[in-house]
Amino acid sequence: MLVGYGKEYQVIVVGAGHAGCEAALAAARMGCSTLLLTMGLDVVAMMSCNPSIGGLAKGHIVHEIDALGGEMGLNADATAIQFRRLNTRKGPAVRASRAQSDRMTYSARMKKIIESEEMLDLKQATVMSVEVGERGVRGVRTREGLFFASQNVVLTTGTFMRGLIHMGLQNFSGGRAGEPASLGLSDCLRDLGFSVGRLKTGTPARLSQRSIDFSKLQEQTGDTHIRGFSFLNNGLDVSQLPCHIANTNERTHEIIRNNLHQSPLYTGAIEGIGPRYCPSIEDKVVRFPERNSHQTFLEPEGRDSSEIYPSGMSTSLPPDVQLQFYRSMVGLEQVEIMRPGYAIEYDFVEPVQIRKSLETKLIDGLFNAGQINGTSGYEEAAAQGLMAGINAARRAMHRSPLVLGRDQAYIGVMIDDLTTQPTREPYRMFTSRSEYRLLLREDNADQRLTPLGRDVGLVDDSRWLKYEAKQVEFSKGLRVIEQRRISSSHKEILDSLELGDLSQGLSLKEVLRRPEIAIEQIVPFVDELASCGAEALEQLEIAVKYEGYIERQYQQVERMRGLEGQSLPASIDYMHITGLSQEVKERLAEVLPETLGQASRIQGVTPAAIAVLSIYLKRWKKEQQN
Amino acid sequence: MDLQDIIIAPATPPGEGGVAIIRLSGQGCVYLAQKFFYPSRSFEYPISHTLYHGYLKNAQGIQVDEVMFVFMAGPRSFTAEDVVEIHCHGGQQIVSMVLHVFLQAGARLARPGEFSYRAFVNGRIDLTQAEAIADLIHARSEKSHSLALSQLDGQLSQSLYSHKQSIKDSLCLIEAWIDFPEEELPAEDICSIRNGIAAAVRQLETMICSYNTGRLYSEGVSLLLLGKPNVGKSSLMNALLGEERAIVTDIEGTTRDLLEEGLVINGLPVRLVDTAGIRESCDPIEREGVMRARKRIDSSDLILLLIDGSRAVDAEDFSALNICSSSKYITVVTKSDLTEKIDLPVEFSEKVVHVSSRKHEGLDRLREQIYLSLIADSSRDENSILLTSQRHKVAATSAVNCLKRFIKALDSSLSLEFLATDLREALDALGGITGETTTDDVLDDIFSRFCIGK
Repeated sequence: MLVGYGKEYQVIVVGAGHAGCEAALAAARMGCSTLLLTMGLDVVAMMSCNPSIGGLAKGHIVHEIDALGGEMGLNADATAIQFRRLNTRKGPAVRASRAQSDRMTYSARMKKIIESEEMLDLKQATVMSVEVGERGVRGVRTREGLFFASQNVVLTTGTFMRGLIHMGLQNFSGGRAGEPASLGLSDCLRDLGFSVGRLKTGTPARLSQRSIDFSKLQEQTGDTHIRGFSFLNNGLDVSQLPCHIANTNERTHEIIRNNLHQSPLYTGAIEGIGPRYCPSIEDKVVRFPERNSHQTFLEPEGRDSSEIYPSGMSTSLPPDVQLQFYRSMVGLEQVEIMRPGYAIEYDFVEPVQIRKSLETKLIDGLFNAGQINGTSGYEEAAAQGLMAGINAARRAMHRSPLVLGRDQAYIGVMIDDLTTQPTREPYRMFTSRSEYRLLLREDNADQRLTPLGRDVGLVDDSRWLKYEAKQVEFSKGLRVIEQRRISSSHKEILDSLELGDLSQGLSLKEVLRRPEIAIEQIVPFVDELASCGAEALEQLEIAVKYEGYIERQYQQVERMRGLEGQSLPASIDYMHITGLSQEVKERLAEVLPETLGQASRIQGVTPAAIAVLSIYLKRWKKEQQN
Repeated sequence: MDLQDIIIAPATPPGEGGVAIIRLSGQGCVYLAQKFFYPSRSFEYPISHTLYHGYLKNAQGIQVDEVMFVFMAGPRSFTAEDVVEIHCHGGQQIVSMVLHVFLQAGARLARPGEFSYRAFVNGRIDLTQAEAIADLIHARSEKSHSLALSQLDGQLSQSLYSHKQSIKDSLCLIEAWIDFPEEELPAEDICSIRNGIAAAVRQLETMICSYNTGRLYSEGVSLLLLGKPNVGKSSLMNALLGEERAIVTDIEGTTRDLLEEGLVINGLPVRLVDTAGIRESCDPIEREGVMRARKRIDSSDLILLLIDGSRAVDAEDFSALNICSSSKYITVVTKSDLTEKIDLPVEFSEKVVHVSSRKHEGLDRLREQIYLSLIADSSRDENSILLTSQRHKVAATSAVNCLKRFIKALDSSLSLEFLATDLREALDALGGITGETTTDDVLDDIFSRFCIGK
């Protein structure tokens, strides 16, 4: 048996899905010798479920990944087959981008980027165990008998750990359709002392394009103007493919109802908890009996693929029942299933066991990211991968971890939620999860995060220069509109903006604050603004129009800052603090919050309990000094 | 707990002590207090630990009370922060008014144990006392929690709870519209949400207006008996109480001090305050009693102006009338069992009740008049909800402010996410009473009400 592989890596990443790819690229780009291990070299950055990136909150996360110097935004922009910006009629904070992706091209491009990264080795191997020494993690051992040494290991196992695929009452081991599960690793984690749980998710069948009668279906095309995800791209020119909308009917529902006894969800064969926001079609039919139709978007999986993904139609019914109910829908009368839909159960590691750096509390140098932390979604996984990669690299370089606050990024909200609240279902991001939603916008992700990305070494000069130019234009523009005043003598402007006769002069800022006035109407009259880029102008308009609300959110951030600034040492013995209820003690002992702010967000922890805690914190500090 | 806020609470127990102390603590509290304190000898910045005499006026410049003002610069204060104490006249009404002035101006009502907590955090209290204080905070919050629970079945909590539910329902819809724009959701009918919230604002405002009435129920009513000597104040008091409490004699001016007794009128707890007769007197003790009576007028909720029905109205009756004419009062013509010789001048109020304390006649009508004067004019129907505590009032008021901002934002066509911010803040404001509304609560609602999942 081989004792070692000969080379010690600074960072090893296990799994090359959306989390693993970001983690490995980040670590390597920060200058660490990095190894990325995957069970299959042909399935790097694979989209196991819907062939799309972004959407509400998820599009925000992709922008954040991009602003920090991650790859997802660029990869999605380069391989998209359709773009839609959602909520364009709502305010700036909840507008979000979504792209339909070419699944195979997405995977191929990501693999190429990884292969061309100098400090990064990509190898096929199945990791069976994490080796741990006295000073934390030592490396990983593979099924092939190889040992790869590293003091920093990032686990991104997706749905593969002890994956169990259900189709009707049949079930079999597998990590994704057609791919084996990873057996052994979660047992190793259990043996190391981790609490491991089980979750469930599902995916619909993939339908054959040529068997669908699209003439009977409503077409949905992409946007004419495409912004893209990455701040590096100024508008994209993509030849777009349409999606189509189909609907279930009473007949579909009847077929489903008549076959519930063959659904593992209803026979109790599935023990894992599934996401409520992504119910299977049988769940929808049962839970909303009053609905006589459900909508589905038929999404092409790529330019060179004839597979069609029917969104919102995930199912674990037997393949013959699937065929029956899909064929009951208008336009799908002759449909052929290329791959049947299925439900999958997999192991995850309870994320209250990780720190906000994503390093496990139990084992130094071991990081978890993605579905292993109980999340769902490519974007959520990629964001964690990026942060785990950054922090594994920083640990290798003996630097303190980068932790994003809830007021800085959805990524910060997600990691704080994961490490604070118990997992009830696979975690997905929604904009409503952020109490500072007005501050966390797609359009200002660069302002929020690019300086941090620059600090950690992921933002190169070209991105940085672009960012700085935008900032300069913004502050110059703001100065102009604050200082420049218009009065009745500016007849041309007044007429153009329909301001009537101004008895008193107004600054341009005050003019812009009016809801009916857009910044484009002002630009022609102000030379200094005419030279600003569209992105800087957009920032300017948002900053002025929503100043009051944004200011209030900053005040709320400020109020929490006191509590966030007080760190709680991990060695506090919560069970022996008098004045706390038993329930609060148990929750605190389980979560081991890193700050008083985090403690205050644990469910059941009252302001009074926080007061008691801060008293103890004070005493604890005093005792440490003596 | 937020250490940056200026917090305020009465430092003396509730009730009718002669003097009440209201304490403010926190950075900048002296500036806040100086905005409303008008010293009799002006100063720029108060010297620490020095009493100043002056008047407290509200934001509109109307005098609330004659007060003493003392500033204690941190760390030489109870909390080790800058502290201001306002010593005002006792009585819930004045205390409430003083609190109101500062709450309006941005101070926050202190939570249970919060002054002690700050004292500890700022190192004012020895570490050995830490556990005791922790227990205290725990015990007090437990107590208020169990109080809250005991109120759970009560109308008040139920009503606030139903407002919370309807606000949450609206928020749930708005959040669904924001986060799931491509799902098949109910049409974005913001108008019906507006109507619902506007109705909630109206109801909450009625509740806030009922605070004074509710306070009368929870803290009791102060009822002052006023009239010239020997008009029969003590007899009436005894008749109402049904027991010999005050000394009744025929010698004028027997009652020299304020006597207080508690009784219940139509479910309303009433403190009956007897006063020395109003007249010009050389007797220093009696003069003192008259002075106190005049002072008590300001802090009483209702005055019974007694006129002797067996005699003609004289100058002393008029001087009693002058004292109470700017307050709420009922004219009570006493001794109706004797031959009535009175012809009541028009200056006396429309509300006149004739009683005979000796024969116990007219007392029921008097009780009814008392009840109606105090309660009826607060224009509420029997089933509406009474706000009884300052805490409830503060919560309801700040919720109303958020909801009004919501309506304003909606009317100026701001997008849904701004509206959601206002609704969330309203829920937070009610949270102290009805329990917190977490993001997960809202998400739970969305997923159970709407079929989400693409």
